[in-house]
Amino acid sequence: MIRFDNVTKTYDQQSHPALDAVSLDVDRGEFVFLVGASGSGKSTFIRLVLKEDRASRGAVYVAGQNVANIPSWRVPRLRRGIGVVFQDFRLLPNKTVFANVAFAMQVIGRSRAVIRETVPDVLATVGLEGKNNRMPHELSGGEQQRVAIARAIVNRPGILLADEPTGNLDPTTSMGIMKVLDRINQNGTTVVMATHDDDIVNTMRKRVVELRSGSVVRDDAQGIYVGDAGAVVE
Amino acid sequence: MRLAFILSEIGSGIRRNLSMVTSVILVTFISLTFVGAAGLFQLQIGQMKGYWYDRVQVTIYLCVDNSSEASCATGPVTEDQRAAIEATLESEQFAQYVDTVTYESQEEALGHFRDQFANSPIVDSVTADQLPESFRVSLVDAEKYEVIDEAFSSEPGVDAVSDQRDFLEAIFRYMNWASVVSLVIAGVMTFCAILLIATTIRLSAFSRRRETGIMRLVGASKAVIQLPFVLEGVIAAVIGAVLASATLWGASKFLIDGWLVKTFPQTAFISSQQVLILVPALILLGAVLAGLSSLLTLRRYVKV
Repeated sequence: MIRFDNVTKTYDQQSHPALDAVSLDVDRGEFVFLVGASGSGKSTFIRLVLKEDRASRGAVYVAGQNVANIPSWRVPRLRRGIGVVFQDFRLLPNKTVFANVAFAMQVIGRSRAVIRETVPDVLATVGLEGKNNRMPHELSGGEQQRVAIARAIVNRPGILLADEPTGNLDPTTSMGIMKVLDRINQNGTTVVMATHDDDIVNTMRKRVVELRSGSVVRDDAQGIYVGDAGAVVE
Repeated sequence: MRLAFILSEIGSGIRRNLSMVTSVILVTFISLTFVGAAGLFQLQIGQMKGYWYDRVQVTIYLCVDNSSEASCATGPVTEDQRAAIEATLESEQFAQYVDTVTYESQEEALGHFRDQFANSPIVDSVTADQLPESFRVSLVDAEKYEVIDEAFSSEPGVDAVSDQRDFLEAIFRYMNWASVVSLVIAGVMTFCAILLIATTIRLSAFSRRRETGIMRLVGASKAVIQLPFVLEGVIAAVIGAVLASATLWGASKFLIDGWLVKTFPQTAFISSQQVLILVPALILLGAVLAGLSSLLTLRRYVKV
């Protein structure tokens, strides 16, 4: 589903590359944790998948297609196949929960009937039944992140990228979010989640790819993560 | 659905940015009014040229009842005098200067007069016998006007010899100046309008950066992201163009139809209906200006 072939990303010539000759394969339906300290290259990985940035060397394939060969007018189509969730939720503060999720469908031209039918289902999937008309500021952090996840998956993308989705949440709330992501993964969506929260990684027991200074230092099928020390205990 | 969505985005953009949108409307209004004024001067010149330029000839006016020239001492021109003048014009002596000679009777003079002053109230009060008969002489070389003037101005039966070219060209010169001045003002104001539209779009893009960021992430096309901004500028500019058109029409209605035509009944003026042909041009100009400047701004400030 996502393949990095010897990918290097350099933001400027002097500094150390953000990604340094990374090769990585994520299969359809996989759940992968991308772990590592801040600045290890997790966000760069996500930006490259979305074609927000171009790889300096090497090739990035998404759903079998080399993103470097996608013309700029086809990039929106690439992004429709990928949902994204961020640490800071990025909801529209002046729209209701329903409208925030519906927005993602409106801008790609879905009909009102389809939106009315789909949005409540997706809100139920993330556990927000009955909160359609709440405003974002009336919700807890965990609920806001659930709205953001609903928005990311409402167009049924094949891939869900989550960049530190639990970074602003307490451990209990975080586990709730992880349950939602796991359920989405069970339904067949490939999930790549960047995090440095070792509790979550260790509880979930999924594939763990650890980045350090732009290089993959570890790729375990059912790994654990013990934070910045980088010690590996299996 | 997408159209309704874009329209609602435009609506919210204009509401959020009302003061900037108002200033865009006003600046395009002023700049297009001056563009239109320059256009009106050119139309007026065209109106006068259209009738006169091909016809600028040396005209030998023959005496009528109330002519006061010495050569008209015997009253209105007689058959013999007219025949003598015509014979001289067509003689060998003048063949090298004169291209064609056309006789214009009093009836024909009235017909031309009516054509030329169709918008003027004076038309109704003029009768054929008040207008002189004339010979319209087109010259081989228009500069040789003097020759005709010397030869005929004191002939019996000739009231006056005139060459309208000098008079017309002086007027056209002033009107061309006026249209250059309004074009310069229009240019400066248009420049202001472009900068202002760019600033407005920038502010609008900044205040909606969350929305556009999310639109990008969920795969909205470039058109859906940018169109609301472009249309916001275009709508403001078109409103400005409509105001400018209304102002020009009103001004021409009051100034030309209401005042100039009555005060200078001898001059052919454009009518306020003719102002209406400028309207589509002004609206198109406003829309294109706003569209281009907002597209250029968006390229810099809204990532797609």
